[in-house]
Order: sequence, then structure tokens, then C-alpha cells
Amino acid sequence: MLQYAWLIPLLPFLGFWWILFAGRRAPGEGAYVAIGALMASAVLSVAAFIEVLRGGHYETNLVWAVLAGRPLEIGFQVDPLTAVMLLVVTVVGSLIFIYSIGYMHGDPRYPRFFAYMSLFAASMLLLVLANDFLALYAGWELVGLCSYLLIGFWFERPAAARASMKAFVTTRVGDLFMFLGILLIFLTLGTLNFEEIFEGVEAGRMTGGLLTLAAVLVFGGAVGKSAQVPLHVWLPDAMEGPTPVSALIHAATMVAAGVYLVARMYPLFFGTPSHEALTLVAYIGGITAIMAATIGVVQDDIKRVMAYSTISQLGYMMMGLGVLGFTAGVFHLMTHAFFKALLFLAAGSVIHAMHTNDIKQMGGLGQVMPYTYGTMLVGGLALAGIPPFAGFWSKDEILLEAYHHDQGLFIIGAVGAFLTAFYIFRMIIYTFTGTLRSHEAHPHESPRVMTVPLVILAIFSTVVGFVGAPWWDNPFHHFVRFEAAEGVAFDLNFAIMSTAIAAAGSLAALIVYRWQWVSSASLRRAVGPLYTAVVRKYYWDELYQFVIVRPVVWAARRLRTFDVYVIDGAVNAVGAVIVWFARLYRIFDLYVVDGAVNLIGWTAKTLGGVLRYVQTGRPQNYLLVIALGVIALVVVGVIR
Amino acid sequence: MLSLIIFLPLLGGLIILFLPKTSERAMKQIALICSTASLVFSLLAVTQFRLGGGMQFQERYSWIPSIAVNYHLGVDGLSLPLIVLTAVLSVLSVIYSWRMDVRLKEYLFLFLLLETGMLGVFAALDFFLFYIFWEVTLVPMYFLIGIWGGPRREYAAIKFFLYTLVGSLAMLLAILILYFNAEPHTFSMLELIRQQPLADAPLLAALAFWGFFLSFAIKVPMWPFHTWLPDAHVEAPTAGSVILAGILLKMGTYGFVRVSLPMLPGTFKAYAFFIAVLALLGIVYGALVAMAQTDLKKLVAYSSVNHMGYVMLGIAAAAGAVGDPSKAAAAATALNGAVFEMIAHGIITGGLFFIVGVLYDYRAHTRGVDEFGGLGARLPVYSGITTLAMLASLGLPGLMGFVAEFLVFLGSFGVFPYLTAVAVTGVVFTAAMFLWTIQRIFLGPLNPRWATLADMDAREKLTLVPLAVLMVIFGLYPKPLLDLINAAMSGLVTALR
Repeated sequence: MLQYAWLIPLLPFLGFWWILFAGRRAPGEGAYVAIGALMASAVLSVAAFIEVLRGGHYETNLVWAVLAGRPLEIGFQVDPLTAVMLLVVTVVGSLIFIYSIGYMHGDPRYPRFFAYMSLFAASMLLLVLANDFLALYAGWELVGLCSYLLIGFWFERPAAARASMKAFVTTRVGDLFMFLGILLIFLTLGTLNFEEIFEGVEAGRMTGGLLTLAAVLVFGGAVGKSAQVPLHVWLPDAMEGPTPVSALIHAATMVAAGVYLVARMYPLFFGTPSHEALTLVAYIGGITAIMAATIGVVQDDIKRVMAYSTISQLGYMMMGLGVLGFTAGVFHLMTHAFFKALLFLAAGSVIHAMHTNDIKQMGGLGQVMPYTYGTMLVGGLALAGIPPFAGFWSKDEILLEAYHHDQGLFIIGAVGAFLTAFYIFRMIIYTFTGTLRSHEAHPHESPRVMTVPLVILAIFSTVVGFVGAPWWDNPFHHFVRFEAAEGVAFDLNFAIMSTAIAAAGSLAALIVYRWQWVSSASLRRAVGPLYTAVVRKYYWDELYQFVIVRPVVWAARRLRTFDVYVIDGAVNAVGAVIVWFARLYRIFDLYVVDGAVNLIGWTAKTLGGVLRYVQTGRPQNYLLVIALGVIALVVVGVIR
Repeated sequence: MLSLIIFLPLLGGLIILFLPKTSERAMKQIALICSTASLVFSLLAVTQFRLGGGMQFQERYSWIPSIAVNYHLGVDGLSLPLIVLTAVLSVLSVIYSWRMDVRLKEYLFLFLLLETGMLGVFAALDFFLFYIFWEVTLVPMYFLIGIWGGPRREYAAIKFFLYTLVGSLAMLLAILILYFNAEPHTFSMLELIRQQPLADAPLLAALAFWGFFLSFAIKVPMWPFHTWLPDAHVEAPTAGSVILAGILLKMGTYGFVRVSLPMLPGTFKAYAFFIAVLALLGIVYGALVAMAQTDLKKLVAYSSVNHMGYVMLGIAAAAGAVGDPSKAAAAATALNGAVFEMIAHGIITGGLFFIVGVLYDYRAHTRGVDEFGGLGARLPVYSGITTLAMLASLGLPGLMGFVAEFLVFLGSFGVFPYLTAVAVTGVVFTAAMFLWTIQRIFLGPLNPRWATLADMDAREKLTLVPLAVLMVIFGLYPKPLLDLINAAMSGLVTALR
């Protein structure tokens, strides 16, 4: 089956065109096409996964351009890392597509939604299948495009329009660095193919500071895409998109692409002097993890809680990769895809029922929405890291790796884990327990087409972590691994401790928000100015507005003025000077050149006028003149 | 074959002149038939073109033997794509101009004359002929702007004419320097490339180089010679803008690749860095100034300054690598990218000017970006095609603009790494500029003023869909076009080594 792997991205791509052109005439108005294509890809992915599990490997190349005899190839490969990603994208994607039938029901641009989602799936699959930077970059930008289109799907809302642009431009800043990294690698090693790049690095053809620079530049792309500090600002705003979009693109798959990129390019990062590029990855990840977690605690918008949670969890993945826990990082990517998609879809179900995102308006939904409540609870437990749910296994591994690598990062991670449990249960308690606070809303359980995917995802979120459990000799570790960065073995005592941290966070949330032994207001007062900083999201947006957006717009306006008045002014000035000279010449011409000509004419004319009187036309006058002439001649002759 | 391609449009124009003023339909049909025939023949030439065969379809007749002027035509992988592009955009412009009703006869005649001039520039291999065709393009464009243009048409037309004429005279001087230093005296471009008459006369070479430079740089236009462009574009009728951006600008960059690079390689290399800096200024400056525009047409015009900057960066990088075999691969890549960008920009920006025209000419009668809003819901097809073209322009992978920019950067980085690194930032500004434009025109709540606007009609789709298809096809798989270009560019780089 592996030789058909190229079909995996192609099917959703064809689905995209089909829906785009058929529009309302597409089967199920596009939904069936999109789901059918992606599920077919899912089947192919499962088949591919099984073959890779048996040791299969696949690679294919296509000459994309020949430049002066040097071919530039694009190609696909399937290795364990790709196989896992394929599975995640197609399975989670299919479930989200099905859910969207219910969620997007009645939307005026229903077919277009599925067209964009199909294009996204195709691009994401291209991204994970790519075996070279060219195809990867193409997929990378195309998922960014789909993200742009889908965040702005309800573009009539100005906030959505603004958010979509912010997302695209912010990630493009990251992509700029990545592109420079690609250029640097190409210049040094003369290839864009991953295998050849790794061989070059291994052979020592790219070393030292240059290699670090290239790795850090490539990481810049990951920082943008995976919403790491300092380019994380776009992801919370991206929640303006429809919830299935947030689940698929901004939680499960696209934002994880940055993590995937670091994992894919691991030899590049690993080969830097004393793994310094990985240290940077780890610290960026750690800072992101804790910073986003603190902001998540104060959010009242259900989706924004999730958004900051996603940023934070992506930080954990980066941290895992950075502390040489290659497997741990990828493992968390996989489990997170399932439980965060679940959490988002459950949140979507709530929004569908309540028509608001504000958790302060909600309350007591547990009774009317049992499926949503139950599945959300599973997702929350998985996110918090309570065993046996999926998130526990992967997060525990990351913390363990951090503990053995860098104590400082471990403490950051542990505090973050506490906060994670706290904010997610704060959200769940606000939403599902107590009594309904809004008076206009009439909540109801969502239709089955939405709840069934929720249940399936809940099952996944419960069991998928077992592939990394120690009971069956930790199969995930044997499948996705990096030789030189073997993970630390499972440690029961450590697992008990990480569970305790998660449990403490959950308990704290219960104390404050459920049982209300401590009022949240008093907590707010206790932390004082820190609270303000957190509510204002550490002023990142204001900083960018002040340091980048306004100066650029200002410079653009100034340059426009410069263009009109200085450059064009100079051109017009040259023109004016020439015209002025022309005038001068005209005066000269008029009075001197033409004057001279006129003088001659005038002289001739005057002369003629005078001489005119000579010519009277009377014979007697002429005879008189002749006679006078003869006399004169005679007189002259006589005098001589 | 080439003569047929070049003069078919002129023939159509002459026939139109002899038709009575009332038979408008027949005039349009003749224009369409002749330009389409020219396109068909140019495509036929593509199918018969042999990769790696050098100059092909050559036609050579003695014209003015006393000063060694020949009627000499020929195409290679550089000029053939440009000829096809010219033919394509001309046909689409005729289709778009179907509704033109002011002085139709003159309009069509001038338009077809212009097409002949442009095709001739790309096919001429004799400098005398080249210069004549070069000047022939100037006059019809002057009238197109001056008669069918907007409110400030006289100013724009005269500015365009005089500015480019200054350049032409500089070029004439440069041509004469080459002519008199060749032994025997010749206007043949191939012969001049072979002879390298100024290789040992650095002062004359520099003089000739700057002569050509002034002419080509004004045409491109390079920063700071670009200010005629926004005026000319804004005032020109839609089809005129399309041709101006799509083809006339390419004559400048074509000149750099066809003339400056092979005939004066050493001199070009000496000034390559300086020219690359100008290109860089065009890239960043063009994008920023475009961002500040409120007139959609001006915005697209400044984005042309930005994109032609990429072309010039690629060409300057290739010039900077002259004589350095270790950089030959980078030079070839950069040149391929530059030429590909010429074609890509022709298709994309040509499309964008049609797009502006669709909105301005028969619908809104305004181009103020801020006066729209929410058109996305009202005009889905128009919004889709506009978004596609703008995404192609900002270099989204899978569309033509990306291939061009990618190759230019990939090549230039090997020659001017720091300059290229700065140039790459232009990509972010371009993205911000186009997305902001999309946001202001198509997104947000629908401005009630445009509640009755109609979507594109069949003829408008007919002009824009082919361009959109080309953007996608060559964006996904550029190899067929790149093979053609590469055949000429790798030969050029080998010759320069």
C-alpha cells in the first residue's frame, strides 16, 4: 500500500476542487465529498501505518525544475514520524469533518467551508509527507492560507477579518526566518532534501555557528506556526473562526506543524555544538508553556481558555523536544491532538447550545448536555494529566525528561502542569456545574452527528496514551525514536508526583470555583499587579502595535509622501526646468532670432514700400526718369 | 513564422483603418481574429521549439546594406515565453475592450500597432530593428493614455512619453558606441555578443552600459525612476494598464538580460552590487508605498515596482557572479527566477489590472480601497479570483509568484547573501499589503452603497479565468516553462563564465 501514499494528500485536494466548482450541487453540499475523500485518505494512512510498523519505508521524488543541469526535486516519504502524523491528521480530521455537518448546518457558505477544510487537509498531509524543504514549505504556507481563509470564514465580522490577517502576517514573519534558514542550508549544502541535509550535517559539511544559525532560523518558522513566544499573539485571536476550524487547525494539526518541523529536522538541531539550538527550543517552549498557562487562568471566553491551553501545551512539546526527549515531544503532539480536538469540539457543542462564548453566562449545563459534559470531562482529565487518560502519559514523560536534563525547566513545567489542571477545571466548573446564569439561553444537547464524534474522540483520549505506557514495553518508544536521544525509562515515583501535581491543580479549582472556600476575588487581590499583567496578556499586543505595526504604517505613509514630493517632485522639477528653458529660448527666439528675421523682413518691406513709389506705371514718368538719366550721363561725360 | 506573428496584428489594424466607422462589430472581430491568429502561431512556435537549440526561427534579410542593417529575427528560451505572454495578454485585452465605444477604430488600430511593436522588440536580433520596434511601442501607448485615459491623462501621457524617450535616446547613444567599436561595424546583436567590442575599452563600455541602463531602468522601472508608472497606470484605460504592466515593463528587464548582461558582462559585474541595492530599494520601498495607497490601481502599480525589484535582484545577482565558476549555478538559478518572474508578473499583475478594471470601469466607478467593504458576500466569483491573484502576487506556494520569488532568492542568496536576506523581508510587507487590501474591499460588513453590484459577467470571466488557470498550473508544476527558460539561461551563464 505504501506506494500509493501520494494519494493521501491528493484525494482531499481533488475534493477541494470538486466542492469549489460544484458548490451547492456537490453531494451533501460538499460535506460528503470532503468526508469521503478524507476517510479514504484515513484508510490509506492506516494501511501505510501498518506497513511502516512492519518496517516498511517509502520515498518518491519528482523533478520539479531543472536549473542549469541541477535538478530541484520534490518528494514524499513515509517513515514512523510521518506515519503517526498521517494517522492523527486523517483520523482526527475525519471526526471533525463529520462533526461540522451539525455545527455548520444552515450556514450560507456551507459548501465553501468543506472546500477550505479539504484544502487544509490536503496541505497538511503534503506538509507531513514532504521529504524536502520545497514541498514542506509549500504545505507550510498552504496550511497558513487555509488558516487565513477559515479564521476569516465569517468575514462579515470585522474581528474575524482582522484576526485572519493577523494570523497570516504573524506566521509569515516566522516563515521569513525559516525561509532564510532554508536559503542558508541550500547555500551551504546545495540541497533541499532532508536525508541529504542530514548526511551533510553528519559529514561535517555544515558545523558550528553556521549550523546553529540555520537551525535557529528554521526554528523561527516553528515559533510562528506553533504560536510560541514571541509570535504567539495570533492564535488567541484565531478563535474568531468556526469551532471545528479551531479544533482541527488551531489545536490538533496545523499549530503542531512547528513541533513536527523541529522533530523532522531533529538531526539538524541535535548536531549543533552542545545541542545549543535544542536548548533554545526548550527554553522558548518552557516560557511559552508557563506564560500561556497563566493567561489561560483568567480567560472567560471558553475558546480562548482553550487557545491559551493549546499555546501552553505546544510549549510543552517544544520543551520535550528541547530537553532531548524526542519521543516524549512527538508523543505529546499525538495525544494532545486527540484530547484538544475533543475539548474544542465539546466547547463548540456548548457554544452551539448557548450562542455565547462567555463561561460566566453559562452554568449547570451538565444536566442538559450529558454527552458534552462527559466527554469534556474526559478531555479535561486528559489535559490535566490525570492517569490513565492520554495526556498523563505524554506529559509525565516530558516532565521526566526535563527533570533529568534541566531542573529549572522541570520547575517551570511542574508549575505549568498545576496551572493547566487549574484553568481547565475552572472552565468546566463554570460551564457545567451550578446553575445557568444567562436568562436568554435555552441550552439543549447537540445532535447525534456532533456527539458521536465527541464520544469517539473521548475514547481515543482515554486509551491512546497506553501506546506509551510501560506495561507493554512502551511500543511508541520503539516506533518513533531518535537513536542519539533515547528517552529516560518510566519512573513510578515520578509518575505519582506528576499525578499529584495535576490532582492538586484540579483540587484547587474545585476549592475556589465549586466549593468556593476561597473566593476568586481574594485571589485576584492577593496577586495584585500580576493579575493586571495577566489579564492584559503581558502587553504583547500593545508592544507589537507600538513597536511594529504603527511604525511600519507610519513609514509607509511617509514614504508615499516622499515618493510624491521628492522623487516625483524631482522628475517634475526636471520637466519644469526644461519648460523654463524652453520659455527662455522662446523669448530669445521671439526677440533675437525671430527679431533678426523680422528685421530683415521689415527692412525689405520698408524698402519695398519706399521703392513702391518709384513704380507708378505711368510711361511719362519712366520717360522722364530715362531723360533725366541720359542728361545725367551726358553731364558726367562732359565734365570728365 | 516570426514575421507572421509580429505583423498579423498590424495587418489587422490596417484593415480596420479602411473599414467604415459604423461597422464596429467587424472591427472588433478583425482585431480579435488577428491577435488570436498571432497567439496561435506563437503557440505553434513553442511546439516546434527545440530545447537547447539556441536561437531559432531565424529570419535574416539585408535591409540597408550601406550601414550593415539587417532585418533579423529569432527567438530563444528567453524571448519565446515573452512573445507568448504578449500574444495572450493582447487577445485578452481585445476581449476585455469589447465594450469600448469611444473612437473604436483608432483604439483598435493603435492597440494592434502596439502589439506588433512589442512582439518585434522581443524577436528583433538587429539593434536597428530593435530600436525601431522599441520606439513603435511608445507612440500608441502615448495615445492610448492620452485619448482614452482618466482625468489627468494629458499629464500622464506626456510624462510617460518624455521619460521613456529620454531613455531611448540614451540607448541609441549606447547602440552607436557598440556599432562604431565593432569591427566590422554591425548592428547584429548576436555578432556583438560574440565580438565583445568594448571588452578592452572600459570607459566606453561604462558609457554604453549606463546608456542602456538609463533606458532599461526607466522602462522596468527601477527605483528611483519609477514615478511615471503610477501616473501612467492610473490614467491609462484598463487594457492599456494591463499591457503596460504585463509587457512594456518586461522590455526593460528583457533588455538587461538580452543586451547588458551578454554584451557588457564585465561592466555589469562592476556595478552589479549597486544595481542590486537599487533593486532592493525597489522591493522594500515599493511594498511599503503600496501599503499606504488608497487608490487600488496605484496600489497595484507600486506592487509592480516591488516585483520588478525581484527581477532586477535576480539579474544583478547573475551579473555579480560573472567570471566566477563557483557561483555559476547560483547565477543560473537567479536568472531563471528573474525570467520566470517576468512571465509570472505579466500574468498576475496583468490579471490584477483587469480586476481593477472590472470593478472600476462598469460598476463602482471608484477605486478608493476604503470606500468598499464586505464585497465578498456580494461578489463571490470576483472575490475569489481577486484573492487568488493577490495571493499569487504575494508569493503563495502553488501559485506562479512563489516559484519566481523562490528561485530568485535561492539564486541571489548565493551571490549577495546579505542583500537577499533583507529583500526577503519584502515578502512580509507584500503579504501585509495585499491582505489588508482584501480585508478592506471584500471583508467586513457589506457597505450598503454596493448592495446592488453585479458579479462578473461571461466576458469578464473569459478574460480572467485563463490567467487564473495559468497561475495555478505553472505554480504547481513550473517545469515545462522553466525548461524553456533554462535552456536559454544556462547557455547564457555558460557563455559568461
